[in-house]
Amino acid sequence: MSNRRRFTPVEMTITSASFLCAVLWAFPLYWAVVTSLKTETDVVAPGLHLLPQHWTLSSYLFVIRNTPILIWYLNSIVTAVVITVVVIGISASCGYALSQLRFPGRGLLYAIIVASFMVPIQALIVTHFILMADFGFINTWAGVILPQLIVPVVTIVYKQFFDSIPKDYREAAILDGASHSSLLLRIYLPMNWGVTTALAIITFIGAWNNFLWPFLVATSNNSMTVTVGITQVHDAYGVQYARTLATAVMAALPVVIAYLLFQKRVTESVMLSACVKG
Amino acid sequence: MAPDSLPTDPVPAEHFKDAAAAVGRRAARQSDMRVAALFIAPFALAYLVLFIYPTLKMIELSFTNAPLIGSGHFIGLRNYFRLARDHLFLGSVIHTAYFVLLTVIPNTVVGLGIAILVNRLKGPARSVVLGCFFIPYVLPSTVVYQIWDWVLDRQFGVAQILIKAITGQPVSVFDSPVWAMPMIALVTIWWTSGFNILIFIAGLRNIPDDLYDAAALDGAGRWRCFASITWPLIWPVTALVMTIQLILQLKIFDQVYLFTDGGPFNSTYVMVQFIYREAFEQNKGGLASSAALLLFVVIAALSVIQFQVLKVRGAE
Repeated sequence: MSNRRRFTPVEMTITSASFLCAVLWAFPLYWAVVTSLKTETDVVAPGLHLLPQHWTLSSYLFVIRNTPILIWYLNSIVTAVVITVVVIGISASCGYALSQLRFPGRGLLYAIIVASFMVPIQALIVTHFILMADFGFINTWAGVILPQLIVPVVTIVYKQFFDSIPKDYREAAILDGASHSSLLLRIYLPMNWGVTTALAIITFIGAWNNFLWPFLVATSNNSMTVTVGITQVHDAYGVQYARTLATAVMAALPVVIAYLLFQKRVTESVMLSACVKG
Repeated sequence: MAPDSLPTDPVPAEHFKDAAAAVGRRAARQSDMRVAALFIAPFALAYLVLFIYPTLKMIELSFTNAPLIGSGHFIGLRNYFRLARDHLFLGSVIHTAYFVLLTVIPNTVVGLGIAILVNRLKGPARSVVLGCFFIPYVLPSTVVYQIWDWVLDRQFGVAQILIKAITGQPVSVFDSPVWAMPMIALVTIWWTSGFNILIFIAGLRNIPDDLYDAAALDGAGRWRCFASITWPLIWPVTALVMTIQLILQLKIFDQVYLFTDGGPFNSTYVMVQFIYREAFEQNKGGLASSAALLLFVVIAALSVIQFQVLKVRGAE
């Protein structure tokens, strides 16, 4: 829109309304953080207090001392990092093969991967559970990790980005005697470093946030992920709101930090997944 | 590559390069298959074991009376006949449809509205406002649950100020069959609209500014601009967002399980929860698999439509 319309009263009103909406939208987040920093008595005190009367970290200390949240953290970090690394690794190499190599069954493989978008992973919970039980992986990291390795979108995105790299690079490198693995590691991946970061962040966030599968496969107190575990604290301590919200803030912290650090990449990855997924 | 460094002798150098490239290409083609096998193997193995096998196994189980762990007998289509008469299952289909109705179109409208608001802003104001709307999208469902369970708490929840202003009294929203599903839908919109906002902002950016300038010169008002420029040009994106939402919201489980566990009086009991409960609480792997297969068929059909929408979008 042209500039002369920007400072009319109507425009100013719309801008202020946007800010008001944004503040209201983010208010539950603010309220959760503030509540977690109050004492339990202040939390249920009458009246609306937008800031704590007495700032305290006691809820956080309580949760750290009295629940296995640090173990859950470890489980979440290990499983989310392994899922991210493995998904990126197997998808990049498969995407490279689909894009750069000619072999029989290539079209079929690509068709199967595209078709697999249609299968809702939630429909597979029963057979995934049976499979993990057969492997003896219930309540283990492997059990949490394995079914989450199926992320077809990553392979497709890699194939499309590798397709767009000019063939000259490859020809020249092959002339110099480079192998395909060094081509992938030295040229194709570094040239798509931005895409790789974006895909890695969204995979990590997805794995960290996943509820249904870890909830089914990791039920013992020491094998849960943070995302699942925090609901246990809620059940165990009933109406201790500050403690409950302290666990929520702790569970959300890694993904929120990841988002704030890599805002641009997260945005990019949402676009990437939408353009392929839909 | 010594010949390349001799500027006085360019022609042989080119010959050499072409010949070498041809040799290289031939060698590359011969080794392609072996390399391809190595590059694909890890992905293919994961896919076979963790995706194709479980899918086929689900189809097989749906025709048996197997428990969750252990084998059962082939019983033909009996599971499906049972589902057709099972009030809990039929209810779960209806509740899922109700949830889809409450979320898909409102979430798309909210996404477009906020995207238009954010798109007007410039500089840091824009990133801050966008951040406020987007952050909920990166949170785990359990965190969303804990935040809103507290905000909507009947006794101490801050949202009860608003609810009291509207209804005259505090309401325990997740204990009321009337309030529960709309509230879960509201929380879901708050949680997921960040995704839609981003897609819409990208779509809005593709609309050329000259169109609006020309319309402004012709004296077109704000609403006229929206109706004749923004809406028709953003429509393909809108269709895309709606199909993505439709497929996503059909798979609802987390919010319902956490907020209400399907209650009160099964008023929020949805399809994935039916699958979960039959398999993991009732120990009926076969019946759960047939419900899962039905969900699978519905979503596969919708995905085909989604691909068509994408194709239309690509063609434009």
